[in-house]
Amino acid sequence: MAKSVIPIGPWHPLQEEPEFFTLTVDGETVVDMDVSIGYNHRGIEKLSEMKSFDQATFVIERICGICSTSHPFAYTRAVEDVIPVEVPDRAKYIRTIIAETERIHSHLLWLGLAGHFLGYNTIYHWVWKLREEILDVCEILTGNRNNYAIFKPGGVRRDFNMDDIPLVLRKIDGIIPTVDRLKKAILDDPVLHARLKGIGILTKEEVIDYSALGPTARASGVAKDVRKDAPYGAYDRVDWDMIVTENGDVFDKVVVRVLETYESIKIVKTCIAELPGGEIDLNIKDIPPGEGIGAHEAPRGETFHYIRSDGTNRPARHKVRAPTFMNLPTYKATVIGETISYATIILAAIDPCYCCTERMAVRDVEGKRLFGGPDLVKLSQEKTARMKREMGMP
Amino acid sequence: MSFAVNAMLKSPWVFHLSTGSCNNCDIEILDCLTPRFDIERFGMLLVGSIKHADVLLVTGSCNRKSAGRLKTLYEQAPQPCVVVAIGECSLSRGLFIHSYNCPVPLDKIIPVSVYIPGCPPKPEAIIGGVVKLIQKVKGT
Repeated sequence: MAKSVIPIGPWHPLQEEPEFFTLTVDGETVVDMDVSIGYNHRGIEKLSEMKSFDQATFVIERICGICSTSHPFAYTRAVEDVIPVEVPDRAKYIRTIIAETERIHSHLLWLGLAGHFLGYNTIYHWVWKLREEILDVCEILTGNRNNYAIFKPGGVRRDFNMDDIPLVLRKIDGIIPTVDRLKKAILDDPVLHARLKGIGILTKEEVIDYSALGPTARASGVAKDVRKDAPYGAYDRVDWDMIVTENGDVFDKVVVRVLETYESIKIVKTCIAELPGGEIDLNIKDIPPGEGIGAHEAPRGETFHYIRSDGTNRPARHKVRAPTFMNLPTYKATVIGETISYATIILAAIDPCYCCTERMAVRDVEGKRLFGGPDLVKLSQEKTARMKREMGMP
Repeated sequence: MSFAVNAMLKSPWVFHLSTGSCNNCDIEILDCLTPRFDIERFGMLLVGSIKHADVLLVTGSCNRKSAGRLKTLYEQAPQPCVVVAIGECSLSRGLFIHSYNCPVPLDKIIPVSVYIPGCPPKPEAIIGGVVKLIQKVKGT
């Protein structure tokens, strides 16, 4: 039978971000897929190298609107790793609280969008109404609904106003009954069971092969979470559980995210209750030459930042690796063999965030790609050899 | 005022286009549709194709790959089509002004009627902007 190609994108009504997928189908079954990215590329790494360490936080925040805490968290940890320095306790708790409120609103956002992808718009409207409460909490705590601008190398930029804390706690307690109802409505719904169970299965071996991260990996039984594996912030001081399920299908990814919302609520409440006093900022003046790495468990998986400093007030090299960069290739493992009607929800199940993932390729005027994979490896090896020579290493 | 414009003002259908944004403005646009803000009560509906739309909501800093496609899409839109630039990136490219991949601001590519500043603008600001747009069209 002749194969046909279905284009999805670049501006598809279901996706709020521009991204171009081509699905090759045989009848109704997907036999191959390809993805073309670059519609969102803004050259963040290069821009960040033009700014001072303090200013770069604001650029990093705008990598992605939903992860506007995760990237600065990883970046500030990378800068602190260069010095190296330990931030004050109060700053650690404030960072953790903001990161977890972000996780709650990101998971709720994903849940709503998943409902929308399935054509179940009741869930979409219901969940997004609930999400507004969390955005209110963020606004009360930091002054902004998104892009909180609260991180800086060495601490946090602003302290909480302690008069607002009772209101915040009331709002967080207020959403728990609604999340409970939501959990029952979603996890007991026969329609959702029929649509989501047993589709888009990602096995444990595939997770390890593709190095998938975050809820995508945890839904397949791979217990992988930076917050537990290498604790930072206040994560080792509060009691919380890592949610791991076994099946790896889309339904399990829903379960992981719904249950993680509860854990995040627990972390926020404990952190607010135990918020220590003291300084919030170390007032770092100079960054010495050196290298540093920072990681943070974003709502979608591990965000990783690398910083190289040459002793000036700007990063000499800044490298960002967002979780979707690792998770998106698993789409190839999960979608092939499924029918076209499941393609969108299987894609949505990894919670893709393309603006974090953007990379670019250099082509000449005829459209020929100038640097392929092997060329880049060769360039990289040559550069490593050159650097070793300059540094006098064997 | 022509019949088409009069009918459009009763229920402006919007198409949303992201040209290299950080997602925040896009999510705030979707937020406008959800129960707390609910712009559908003004007859505004998010549609899936530019060919159904009266209003084009553009977010993001128009990078090299999107800019040409944006122009093509605008040319496909049925006239009259008004363009609303949402967020600092589409106004002036914001902090991406020095980026190698964001060569020109949005209003050098297609004509823009309303600018809504903010990073990201709050849903109230987006609703306010669209109301201003309706007043502006009514005034002419």
